[in-house]
Amino acid sequence: MSFPAHLSDAAIENFGRELDAIRDEVMDSRGDRDRRYLLRLIRIQRGLALGGRLVIFGSLAFLPEWLWFLPVVALGTLLLAVAKILENMEIGHNVMHAQWDWMRDPDIQSGTWEWDSVCPSDQWKHSHNVVHHTWTNVLGKDRDVGYGMLRVTAQQRWHPFYLLQPVSTVVMALLFEWFIALHDLEINRLLAGKRTLAETYPMLRRIGQKVAHQTLKDYVLWPLLAGPFFLHVLAANAVANVVRNVWAYVIIFCGHFPEGVHYFSEEEVADETRARWYVRQLLGSCNIDGGRLFHVFSGNLSHQIEHHLFPDMPSNRYPEVAPRVRALCARYEIPYNTNSLRRQFGTTTWKLYRFALPVSVAAPA
Amino acid sequence: MDTAPGSVWSRVTGLTDMFATPLRTSHYLELMNPLWTTHKLQARVVSVWDETASARTLTLRPGRKWRRHRAGQHVRVGVPIGGMHHTRTYSISSAPGRDDECITITVKAAPGGRVSQHLVRNVVPGDYLPLGLPQGDFVLPDAVPLRPLFITAGSGITPVMSMLRDHAARGDLPSIVHLHYAPHPYDVIFAKELAKLRDDHRRYRLRLVYTRERGERSPAERHFTAAQLQEVCPDWRDRDVYACGPQGLLAAVEAHWQGADLSRRLHLERFHAPWADLPGDVPGGRVRFARSGLEVESDGRTNLLRVAEDAGLNPPHGCRMGICHSCDARLVSGCVRDLRSGAVVNEHGATVQLCINAAAGDLELEL
Repeated sequence: MSFPAHLSDAAIENFGRELDAIRDEVMDSRGDRDRRYLLRLIRIQRGLALGGRLVIFGSLAFLPEWLWFLPVVALGTLLLAVAKILENMEIGHNVMHAQWDWMRDPDIQSGTWEWDSVCPSDQWKHSHNVVHHTWTNVLGKDRDVGYGMLRVTAQQRWHPFYLLQPVSTVVMALLFEWFIALHDLEINRLLAGKRTLAETYPMLRRIGQKVAHQTLKDYVLWPLLAGPFFLHVLAANAVANVVRNVWAYVIIFCGHFPEGVHYFSEEEVADETRARWYVRQLLGSCNIDGGRLFHVFSGNLSHQIEHHLFPDMPSNRYPEVAPRVRALCARYEIPYNTNSLRRQFGTTTWKLYRFALPVSVAAPA
Repeated sequence: MDTAPGSVWSRVTGLTDMFATPLRTSHYLELMNPLWTTHKLQARVVSVWDETASARTLTLRPGRKWRRHRAGQHVRVGVPIGGMHHTRTYSISSAPGRDDECITITVKAAPGGRVSQHLVRNVVPGDYLPLGLPQGDFVLPDAVPLRPLFITAGSGITPVMSMLRDHAARGDLPSIVHLHYAPHPYDVIFAKELAKLRDDHRRYRLRLVYTRERGERSPAERHFTAAQLQEVCPDWRDRDVYACGPQGLLAAVEAHWQGADLSRRLHLERFHAPWADLPGDVPGGRVRFARSGLEVESDGRTNLLRVAEDAGLNPPHGCRMGICHSCDARLVSGCVRDLRSGAVVNEHGATVQLCINAAAGDLELEL
């Protein structure tokens, strides 16, 4: 499936101009309100992170009364997980997209921001901002289509390795941050000999340093503070990281894999204009319906379509842009893929199971 | 508290930082009190005081990272306006080492000046403003017995006020002649305090000149002239002159002392880099920003920092007047003109201060 056949080139260019106008209007209106939103969010997130860890420590006082200990430690773990989710998604992801560079705040710059993840931010910015956002859903170019290890469309050639998908996706969900960190290494190309170890080594070193800092913090230092309760704190931190991983996996997999999403070949995007790039972003991204808090916790990636159209627009503006983009799509009869989390994640999971098998029939569009 | 590298505090935070990675301990301390941070310096606005209709003194309590200034030094103040971070440089008007550990800056709302107007009209006690460390060499020497002549105009009085307050507080006011220009009597910043100094200290001689007040003097006589100087301060040749004020005044003072071959006694504090007189037809050129891949047209008068910002870039910057070197960038190729001297730099690989250089033909910057 490729570009909508009912639109002439001129119509597509017009569509692009209308999107540009929306973008310009919103970008020109950035101001104090947006800055206050981000600064407040950052304060809340840091408070939650610190608070979560303190509650985890506080829960140890209830031991050996496990009936009291468990709910309190669960609360602390949840707070820490929520902090990590906010930090990675609504703050880190979006700051590193340069959404907040316009504030010229020396502390909040895409070039220097480092996030609470084992993936070094500079590598992520390359694999995500450069590769994925430029080549969204172009097979053979966008390495986020199946992350080099999953088959998400019939257009990918089947390999017996994909039979493992029902299992490998579970592992991936649990350890998502580690897969993101290793994603840029292109291990499959390394194994295929298309990339040398010498090329990979400097990246591996960077990852190693980041991993050392992150694991030292969550799995050594904070647990050590608890003395004899080392393992309790370690387990709580591990669970918080896993909760964050699973949540990120669910939201991110709903971005480009649900039923009805389109993929493109390199030929289709050759000589692509900006307007056609817009159309590709639209057809290649999916939104998730939800309330205000849900959008914040998903880093506004529930507005994946708007995020892909305007990756450097402050994420707090996506909710107000979404209805306008949707109305525009209705006018031009371009499909706008949005649905509940249950439906988007359901069809994604179903596709991952189905394409694990050597089915080659194109999915009904 | 000592936050220098190697101190006990820095060793402690070196350890706690490992618990806070990828942030630092300071980011969490900021939650409790923004003045406790070490990763950046902020000041809390303690109070505001209107000196005149258009000038306001902000009393600031700097964070822990602050180090004491010397009287006459200036400081960079960050101001978020419309969500965007702006930086301007202001002289500190308070004496160093106040008991309450606060400093003051006195800002005059310049017509059309977005930042100064914001500071004068909108900043309220309780706000936090990013702050730099004190900088500048417009200071009185410590050791030498000194007989200064101060020549100030408008808000140019601020660094000199710091010096006067410093010496008055220590009770060792030297023999001072102070020539100050203001449009009208009601425009004189610190008027009451100056009058009190004059009454209390016989060695402090103050002459106020009102440049827009109708009176017996002609308009030309209301500005700096050799005759006026001779009248106010007959021994001006034996004094070290410290001048701060608008371009025109500083140019006249500079010319006068140079003419007398006494430049070594001259100390000037400028708040705008003095631009050279460029011919009306200086050519601009195409400016290419190598790292961001942008290319824009620029005239030969707009500074490159502005050009970069207008092109949507966000280079680090500070004083915007060629002092702090925060905006330094490498010239990959082409030619720039120093707006202060008019001199042209075409040395490839040279470091260029964006805020005081303009395009002189096509050029490429590593930005």
